[in-house]
Amino acid sequence: MSWSIPFMPEQASNFAPGVDLLFYALLAFSFGLGLVLTFLVVRYSARYRAGSRADRSGRRARSLRLEIAWTAATVAIAFGLFAWGAVLFVDRNKAPADAIEIAAIGKQWMWKFRHPGGQREINELHVPVGQPVVVSLASQDVIHSFFVPAFRVKQDAVPGRTTRVWFTATKPGRYHLFCAEYCGTQHSGMRGQVIAMQPERYAAWLEARSGGEPLAAAGERLFRSLGCSGCHGAESRIPAPSLEGLYRRPVPLASRRTVIADEAYLRDSILQPQKHIVAGYGAVMPSYDELIDEDELQMIVAYIKSLAEDREP
Amino acid sequence: MSADTYPPQSYFAAGYGPRAWFLTTDHKRVAWLYLVALTAFFFIGGAMAVVMRLELATPQGDVLTADVYNRMFSIHGIIMVWFFLVPSIPATLGNFLLPLMLGAKDLAFPRLNLASWYVFAFGSLFTLFAVIAGGVDTGWTFYTPLSSLYSDSYVSAAAFGVFIVGFSTIMTGINFIVSVHKLRAPGLTWFRLPIFVWTMYATALVMVLATPVLAASLILIVLERVFGIGVFNPELGGDPLLFQHLFWFYSHPAVYIMILPGMGVVSEILPCFARRPLFGYRAVALSSMAIAVFGFLVWGHHMFVSGQSAYAGVVFSFLSFLVAIPSAIKVFNWTLTLRKGHITFDTPMLYALGFLGLFTFGGLAGLFVASLAVDVHLHDTYFVVAHFHYIMVGGMVTAYMGGLHFWWPKMTGRMYSELWGRIAAVTTFIGFNLTFFPQYVLGYLGMPRRYHAYPAEFAFWHVLSSTGAVVLAIGYVMPFFYLGWSLLRGSAAPANPWRASGLEWQTASPPPQHNFARTPTVTEGPYAYPEPEDER
Ligand code: HEC
Ligand SMILES: [Cu+2]
Ligand SMILES: [Cu+2]
Repeated sequence: MSWSIPFMPEQASNFAPGVDLLFYALLAFSFGLGLVLTFLVVRYSARYRAGSRADRSGRRARSLRLEIAWTAATVAIAFGLFAWGAVLFVDRNKAPADAIEIAAIGKQWMWKFRHPGGQREINELHVPVGQPVVVSLASQDVIHSFFVPAFRVKQDAVPGRTTRVWFTATKPGRYHLFCAEYCGTQHSGMRGQVIAMQPERYAAWLEARSGGEPLAAAGERLFRSLGCSGCHGAESRIPAPSLEGLYRRPVPLASRRTVIADEAYLRDSILQPQKHIVAGYGAVMPSYDELIDEDELQMIVAYIKSLAEDREP
Repeated sequence: MSADTYPPQSYFAAGYGPRAWFLTTDHKRVAWLYLVALTAFFFIGGAMAVVMRLELATPQGDVLTADVYNRMFSIHGIIMVWFFLVPSIPATLGNFLLPLMLGAKDLAFPRLNLASWYVFAFGSLFTLFAVIAGGVDTGWTFYTPLSSLYSDSYVSAAAFGVFIVGFSTIMTGINFIVSVHKLRAPGLTWFRLPIFVWTMYATALVMVLATPVLAASLILIVLERVFGIGVFNPELGGDPLLFQHLFWFYSHPAVYIMILPGMGVVSEILPCFARRPLFGYRAVALSSMAIAVFGFLVWGHHMFVSGQSAYAGVVFSFLSFLVAIPSAIKVFNWTLTLRKGHITFDTPMLYALGFLGLFTFGGLAGLFVASLAVDVHLHDTYFVVAHFHYIMVGGMVTAYMGGLHFWWPKMTGRMYSELWGRIAAVTTFIGFNLTFFPQYVLGYLGMPRRYHAYPAEFAFWHVLSSTGAVVLAIGYVMPFFYLGWSLLRGSAAPANPWRASGLEWQTASPPPQHNFARTPTVTEGPYAYPEPEDER
C-alpha cells in the first residue's frame, strides 16, 4: 500500500489549470476571511474574558462606514469569484468543431466506449494527447456520471437523453475514470481508466484495433434494416422528410414552432416521433422505442449526423 | 428544595406514570417525548456512521458487502436528516421553549403537538421496519430511475415512512407559526422577540411550504414503482431529472430547516456568556427571514452537471452566492457580540464558539461548490460530504448540544458536571475536525462519495477521518452519561443559573405546569445585558 500523502490531483487536461487557479483563489479568500474571524474570536475571548482588566469603555456602537466598506468588499470579491466560475463553465459548454467524437454508454456497472472508427472498449478509454475529444454520454438504465478527476471534468449520463462532455488531454498517462453518481450495488466498482497517449501511438492503437465497423456505417445498415429508408429514402413513395443535412439545421414544426435538429431532437424523433411533427407531414412514423437499444440508437444518430457532414462548409 | 424531589408545582409533578407522559398535552412533556425518540435515532444513525468509517479505513471492501454498505449510508442519511436533524431543535428545545419565550401557557394547539409526536413515531418506526425487513439502497436522495425502477430494496416502505413523518413536521410548523402570531405576552412586540423565536418562526414557514413538495415527489416514486406510471421513466415519456428538481426544491430549503434553529440557539448563548446584548439584533432577525425566502430559489445548484441547461446553472450559481450574504451578516454579528464583553467559557459557550468556527468553515466551503467550474470537479465527491457535515453536524448538532446544556437546568431542574461538559465539548470539536477536514482534501483529490471501496492512494486521508470518527463518537457518548447522571443525582438548579435574560429564565426550574404563575408583561427588548457605557 502506498502511504505517500497526496494533496492535489494531477493536472492532465486543458481545463485543469483554470479550475485549479479558481480553486486556489477561493481557498485564499476563504482562509483569509476565516482567519480574520478566527483571529477576532480568539482575540476577543482572551482580551474580554470575565475579570480581565481590558478597557471596555466607550460605546460598542457600530462604525457604519467601516461596516459598509468591509461588507461591500466581501460581497464584491464573492461576486467576482462567481463570475469567474460562470465564465469558465459556460466556456466549456462549446466543444471545438474538430473534436473526436466518442460514444459512451453507462450501464450498471460498466462504461462502454465506441470510437468513430468502430473500435470498442469497456472501462478503458484511449485518447490522444493534444486533440479535443467529445464524449457523448448515454445511459442504458440509471443515472451514472462520467468523472475524470485529473481532467476536472464530470457529466451525468442520464437515461433518455444524450449529454456531452469534452476535454483535451495534455499529458500522457493513465487516469482514474469514476462513476460519480450513485447507481446501485457496484457503484464503487464502476471504475475505469482514461489512457492518454501521444497522437502517433493513439493512431497505432486505433489501427491495431480496427476491424470494428465505423459507427455511422453500422447506423446506415440499421437505417436500412429497420425500414427507415422505406420512408426516408430518396425513392420512397410515402411523404417523409429527407434527412440529408438535417443535423443542426432549424426545422419548422406543425405546431408552428421551430427547433434546431440537435442530438436530443434526433433521439426524440426516433423514440417518440409524436413529440415533434415536422410541418407539412403526417404523424405516420412509428416509434422505435421498443425495437432498438441505446447502442443502436447511437449508431443511427451517428449516421444521421454523418449525412450533414459532407455539406458543412 | 431537596435534590431528590421536585417541588409540587413543577410540571414533572403532574405524574410520572406512562399515562402522564403518553397522553400529555403539555408542550414541555411532548418535548421530552421527542428528545427520547431523537436521541435513540441519533445513536442508531451515528452507530452506522461508525461502521461505515470502519469499512473505509482500508481501501478494499472488507467489513461489509457492497449491498450492506449501500444500505448503511442510505439509512444513515434517512435517519439523520428526517428523524434527527429536521425535528432536532424545533421539536425538542423549540417545543419546550417557544411558549416560555412567548410568555404563554402552551403552544396554540397542544393536542396537535402530541399528535405530531405519534405521527412521527409511527412514520419513523415504519421506516425502521423497512430497514429490518431488508433495507433501502437508494441513498437518502432517492434519485430516479434507480429508486423508481431499478432498486429491488424496500424503497416504497422507506419512502412511505418519510412521507408520514413529513406530516408531523408540517404539524409542528403550523403550531409554531400560529403560536408566534397569537400567543405573545402583552408588550412582546415582534422586535422584542428573542432570535430563537425568529428562527423557529422562519423554520416553521419553510417546513409548511416545502414539506408538501417532498411528499409529492415520494408519492410519485411509489406510484411509479407500484403502478408503472411514467413520470420519471424516460421510456414512458417521463424525465428522471424532474425528480431532482422536485427533490431539491424541498431539500435545499430543508437545509435551512436544519441550520436556522442552530443559529437561533447560538444567538441566545453568545450574548448570555459575553454579558452583552446581541450585536445587530434587527439584522440577525431579518436575515433569518431572508434565508428562509432565498433558500427556495437555489435548488438547481445541486444539478450543475446533471444535464440541466448551462445558463440555468449560471442563474442558480448567482443566487447561491447571494444566499450566502445573510449568513455572513450573522457570523459578523455573532463575532462582534463578544467585543467588550465579560466572557466566561461554560459548556454552552464552548459549544457556541465551536458552532461559530465550524459553521463558518462549512459555509465558506459552500462558495466552492456554488462556483460553477469548481463544482464540476467537486460535485458528488467527499468535498460535498465534508461541506454539508460541517453545516449539519458541525453547525446544527453542535448548536443542539450547546442548547441542550444551556437549557438543561431549566428543563430538568438539575445541574450537570461542568467539568465533563467542557471535556465533551472540546472532544467533539477535535473529533469533528479530524473526521471531516480530511474529507475536504479527499474531495479535491477526486474521491467520489458513496464508494464502498476506493483506490489505495486515498487511504491516508480516509484513515485520518476514521480515527476522527472514533474521537467524535466518544465526544457524543459522554453527555449521554453525565446528563443521565444529572437527571438522577444532579444538584438542584436555581431558576436562572446563567443570569440570562429572557422570559424562560423568569420562571422556576423546572417550570410549573402552566409555565408562569401569572402572565408576564414585557417592557423591554431581548438580551437585556448591559452595554459597556451602562457600566460606569
Ligand atoms: C412510416 C414511414 C416512416 C418510417 C418507417 C420512419 N419514418 Fe421517420 N419520419 C416519417 C415522417 C412522415 C416524418 C415527418 C413527420 C414527423 O415528424 O413525425 C418523419 C420524421 C423523422 C425525423 C425528423 C425529420 C425532420 O426533418 O425533422 C427523423 C430524424 C426520422 N424521421 C428518423 C427516422 C428513423 C431513424 C427511422 C428508422 C428507425 C424512421 N424515421 C422511420 C416517416 C417515417
Ligand atoms: Cu455509479
Ligand atoms: Cu442546496
